Amino acid sequence: MKEHSLFHKVTIGIIVLWLLLFALIPNIIMFVVSFMEYDSSSFVKAVFTLDNYKQFFSDNYFKIFINSFKIAAIATALCLIIGYPFAYILARSKSKYKGLLALLVVIPYWTSALIRTYAISYMLAANGLINTILIKIGIIDAPLKLLYTEGAVIFGFVYTLLPFMILPLYATIEKFDFKYVEAAQDLGASKLKTFYHIILPLTSPGIIAGVVLVFLPALGLFYIPSLLGGGKTMMVSNIIQEQFTTSVIQNWPLGSAASVLITVVMGLMIWAYYKSSKSFQTKVL
Amino acid sequence: MEKQEVLVELRQVNKSFDGKSVLNNLDLKIYNGEFLTILGPSGCGKTTTLRLIAGFEHADSGDIILNGKRINNIPANNREVHTVFQNYALFPHMTVFDNIAFGLKMHKVPKTEIKDKVMEVLRIVKLEEFIDRKPHQLSGGQQQRVALARALVNKPLVLLLDEPLSALDASLRINMQKELKQLQRKLGITFVLVTHDREEALSMSDRVIVMNQGIIEQCGTPKNLYEEPNSIFVASFIGDVNVLKGEVLGFEDNLVKAKVEGRICNIKTKKQLNIGDKFTLLLRPEDMRIEKLSEHPDTEGLMVGNIETKIYKGATLDTTIKLNNGTIIKASEFFDEEYEDFDYNMNEQVSVGWVSGWEVILKDERA
Repeated sequence: MKEHSLFHKVTIGIIVLWLLLFALIPNIIMFVVSFMEYDSSSFVKAVFTLDNYKQFFSDNYFKIFINSFKIAAIATALCLIIGYPFAYILARSKSKYKGLLALLVVIPYWTSALIRTYAISYMLAANGLINTILIKIGIIDAPLKLLYTEGAVIFGFVYTLLPFMILPLYATIEKFDFKYVEAAQDLGASKLKTFYHIILPLTSPGIIAGVVLVFLPALGLFYIPSLLGGGKTMMVSNIIQEQFTTSVIQNWPLGSAASVLITVVMGLMIWAYYKSSKSFQTKVL
Repeated sequence: MEKQEVLVELRQVNKSFDGKSVLNNLDLKIYNGEFLTILGPSGCGKTTTLRLIAGFEHADSGDIILNGKRINNIPANNREVHTVFQNYALFPHMTVFDNIAFGLKMHKVPKTEIKDKVMEVLRIVKLEEFIDRKPHQLSGGQQQRVALARALVNKPLVLLLDEPLSALDASLRINMQKELKQLQRKLGITFVLVTHDREEALSMSDRVIVMNQGIIEQCGTPKNLYEEPNSIFVASFIGDVNVLKGEVLGFEDNLVKAKVEGRICNIKTKKQLNIGDKFTLLLRPEDMRIEKLSEHPDTEGLMVGNIETKIYKGATLDTTIKLNNGTIIKASEFFDEEYEDFDYNMNEQVSVGWVSGWEVILKDERA
């Protein structure tokens, strides 16, 4: 019993230590820094200020903040629209290769996301695959501007994050009891009404999980907007990255403030998810 | 019962799944206002029959007729038929009220009317105070009632019940049997119940259909099926039965003189039999009579065996007797005033007979 509890303590202790060192402490530092003044020579000056936050809500930073929510929301919506039917068909499939098919959804993601994003940028470039094909078959004369647009960024997000939508949806639809569908039809509901009144609400834990799993990374993945969106700062994640890594700016307090804001928003969304999943008494995550 | 109008009719219906035939040229008539039970072992096609009427399955061939109209191509949501599902399939995200109101909403009944109708049916099933509960907050019996209410509120022409009581415990099941029967009488709606439980079938139904391997074995009133089964399958599915082998020896007056498991007896039957014909005799345990051998020292022409087990059941004494030729006979004798304390010793040699006229004779039974 004593050995057991020692093992117990050590393993838990390692995890706690890890989280303390690499999650909690950095976040506390960031939180503290976000309330400090910017100093070009020594990064940070230990003087309390709310300027970093004020700068966000007054400056055009706020526009970018809103814009990043918009882009993330569009990407999430597209993932849902594509992912739901996909997951539905997959989950309802009677094929014995069903499990394998679900695995195939994930396999492309064994390649580094960064490499795949570069690949997308080559496909979308002016002399890239898509433009070349479109010109060859004569649909267009001059190459379309595909790369370095918001559209390209959204495409990148949808491509990268789709499995995070499909998998929780697949899990809920798979567990869904189709007796309810028969019961609804028996009571006179058409296919559309059955979907709206029965299938949709009963699979909503999967929808919410998928939305959370796509929306939150879409806010945070900075390399997709920077590679596919060009030099423009499109999203908060770019601002944060710039503030920390670009040698010219290096405004750590401002970057920290942006990070804290995003963390708060994400925290609220996760809280909302747990609240909603409680009311359905099912959990996917 | 007078001749009633046919409400549902299945004509020459065939259905197979993955090449395996489930229903074989099934003909079935359901009369308006009756309580019909389809009884059979699992896999006999009874649930498929129900699902064909509900519209969840499509017949490979044949006609399904409801109220004079062929409904083969009418989808489930447009049939005036509602189902109570085996595990109720109550919508878990809706309250009792919303569950019951669902069908009315789908049929675009005005809101105020919905409320009245739901309240009325809740009164019938005695669940008024549970109106705002979710299904998981109800007991099995209450869920069962909600499922009934949800189907009945739409005033279906036929209510289909797919093993509705199988998820309930024994005492609740007997109560629900009574309630279902009373409800059916009160509402006058045609009930079609599918079950593999013979007691359920016998105690609730006006008519019982016994199915086996996709065909109807026999159809009749519970009494009819119990007393005059036309096959060993029906006899043994409806209740305990003794299957005895007999041979025709000759004819005396209007009676058949036969030898049944060694017993010489005279049997009255309408069946055409010839001398030397072999036949099967079916007898319920309660039709059997046991006599102590001390009263019949000569065992020639008698069915003789030893008492193998005896179980005191309060109202009856149930015994099994092993005949000298190895056949096991089940007997169930009532205690009455005259023989209040009859009893047997284990392994006691007895002679077995039966109440003359209560036997059922089957010719050329396949089994």
